[in-house]
Amino acid sequence: MAAPAQLTRQKQDVTAARLDALGPVPASGWSSAARSSALDRVVQQGLPHARDEYWKFTRPGGLTDAMAAPAALFRVEDTPIFDRIDRVRLVFVDGVFDAAASDDPELAGVRIDRLSQVAGADIHWAQGLYGVLEARGQSPVARPLAALNTAHATEGVLIHVTGKAQKPVSLVYERSSETADAILHHVIRIDAGAELTLLENGPAAARLNKVMEVDIADGAAFHHVRAQGRDHERQAATHIFARLGRESVFKSFTLTANGRLTRNECVIELTGDDAVAHVAGACVGDGDFLHDDTVFITHDAVNCESRQVFKKVLRNGATGVFQGKILVKKDAQKTDGYQISQSLLLDGDSQFLAKPELEIYADDVACSHGSTSGAIDEDALFYLRSRGVPEGTATDLLTLAFLAEAVQEIEDEALATEIVDRLEGWLERRRT
Amino acid sequence: MLKIENLQVKLEDEDKQILKGLDLEVEAGKVHAIMGPNGSGKSTLSYVLSGKGGYEVTGGSATLDGEDLLELEAEERAAAGLFLAFQYPVEIPGVGNMTFLRTALNAQRKARGEEEMSATDFLKFVREKAKALQIDAEMLKRPVNVGFSGGEKKRNEILQMAVLQPRMCILDETDSGLDVDAMKLVSDGVNALRDAGRGFLVITHYQRLLDHIKPDVVHIMADGRIVKTGGPELALEVETNGYADILAEAK
Ligand SMILES: Nc1ncnc2c1ncn2[C@@H]1O[C@H](COP(=O)(O)OP(=O)(O)OP(=O)(O)O)[C@@H](O)[C@H]1O
Ligand SMILES: [Mg+2]
Repeated sequence: MAAPAQLTRQKQDVTAARLDALGPVPASGWSSAARSSALDRVVQQGLPHARDEYWKFTRPGGLTDAMAAPAALFRVEDTPIFDRIDRVRLVFVDGVFDAAASDDPELAGVRIDRLSQVAGADIHWAQGLYGVLEARGQSPVARPLAALNTAHATEGVLIHVTGKAQKPVSLVYERSSETADAILHHVIRIDAGAELTLLENGPAAARLNKVMEVDIADGAAFHHVRAQGRDHERQAATHIFARLGRESVFKSFTLTANGRLTRNECVIELTGDDAVAHVAGACVGDGDFLHDDTVFITHDAVNCESRQVFKKVLRNGATGVFQGKILVKKDAQKTDGYQISQSLLLDGDSQFLAKPELEIYADDVACSHGSTSGAIDEDALFYLRSRGVPEGTATDLLTLAFLAEAVQEIEDEALATEIVDRLEGWLERRRT
Repeated sequence: MLKIENLQVKLEDEDKQILKGLDLEVEAGKVHAIMGPNGSGKSTLSYVLSGKGGYEVTGGSATLDGEDLLELEAEERAAAGLFLAFQYPVEIPGVGNMTFLRTALNAQRKARGEEEMSATDFLKFVREKAKALQIDAEMLKRPVNVGFSGGEKKRNEILQMAVLQPRMCILDETDSGLDVDAMKLVSDGVNALRDAGRGFLVITHYQRLLDHIKPDVVHIMADGRIVKTGGPELALEVETNGYADILAEAK
């Protein structure tokens, strides 16, 4: 394959090796054009390299290697998250749909297809979106892993929402193989005034590359709550590309506990006036753990609000990364942008690397950003202990309090409770 | 009940002696007051007794009913019945006041081998105590001390005391920042807890609090020591004449 001359030799080699390992782009009817242009993007851009500015905090090696590094399976005893939530479950094992374990995808106002199921069709409603939002999100920063995903995805869901969904659609990602290398690509289209809550949970694969494109029409709402799997050795690169219409709402929350390497990118375009986009994340990492939240929000309409709230608790040498940017275009007046990224370092070995950025071309805007890194507040700890709360419990209480601002971004109380329960479990296991 | 003998304390990472041989004994059922100039070491004494880090005890002892306090962790001292109402109550964003109170009470009960209180019983119990201090439901829900006014923070300290029902209560300038009515509420709260088994050590700069909480004994502290001990009249003397005469006399 001819690679562009400006790529370094190393980059060309890594990209070629990965593409070779994947083989030819799957035969794919309506998505063929999107896939082949995505493949061109991959070749043009080359896969990420440690020397890329956008990857300076996170070594992409594990995500770009030709083959996935094996990851031991992790047996979890407790009841799966979201078990108490009434939802339509679709189960994927190592990235392969498991019909027997899944519910019938019947939900009023919601049409659900699977990528593999409709691959042979010549036309499909997702054609105007598949790889389209991803391609829009390639500038000003290249996201080659997402382009690779568009080209090579083997499975995913295509969800078209025409009404207010009565219960959440829940994607459950299980694992059974130590080496599975899954590429999932979801497309979600929410028509004007319609609403959907999407849940995701589970480790998915030894290595996961996942893209979700979400197109939210005027007055529509999308709520997303995700809990990434607890498997210690799994690796994941995920991208969300969202485009928001007038008065629409996008709210996404992610909980991450464990995982050797996780890069979650979220690329949001506010294209209609009065739209609202919130992205939040709570992550707890212990030991061999790197978690990277990379967010890019573009305000391209009047009177829109965006919020980024990211909290990381790190211990035993864990690393947290945050790269967040708010870009306010010239005509995006009355933009309200808020961004906060904070880490709680439970010991001196752990580290938090943050790069918050604002780029503003409109004059009537209110944007704020802040990033902090610190240890447990000794005064608060003593105050609690002086009331009889043992040190361990007091530390946990303060840790949960630290994460609270992110968890509060989840509107649905039952879903927030699910997340808090997980966090409490994590803290408890680390105390015994 | 609380017995402090020749207590000497310096800062842990500075060569600065703050308590220089302090003797004090508070008997069960009694209210002792400590007055003294700024910087004499009153808050340091209260922190050292309740187990705050950053200090080094270089001599002397402090016991509660014969048990060596200085050997215990802060939470163990609390479970043993010691309570400090802070001069500057700490704000804890993200932790609800109610959760805080319940966690504290149940932790102490557990440490003493008692049953934990159920959520419903607890709610009733706290509401009743809060009502007496005119702390409304809203304040109970809010994060601990966050956005509370100075006076509200002090009332919240007394609420904690009322809920935890400690045997030995140390109040560090609980009156500062209180308006006249709040002073009355807080004093009523303290007086309601006065009984034969409970001791109080009330640190204050002003006689006014002692009009409401009548002390049995008044101590004057200066430069890390108790320099004079007397009855309630000692507080009145300070109020009218200041510390000059007392300090001169002590030397
Ligand atoms: N952590 C510390 N670091 C430095 N100096 C300290 C520290 N703690 C106490 N000190 C000093 O020790 C002395 C006693 O302080 P302390 O707060 O105990 O006084 P106090 O009697 O409570 O005063 P006030 O009436 O103003 O509340 C002061 O000179 C104070 O500056
Ligand atoms: Mg003081």
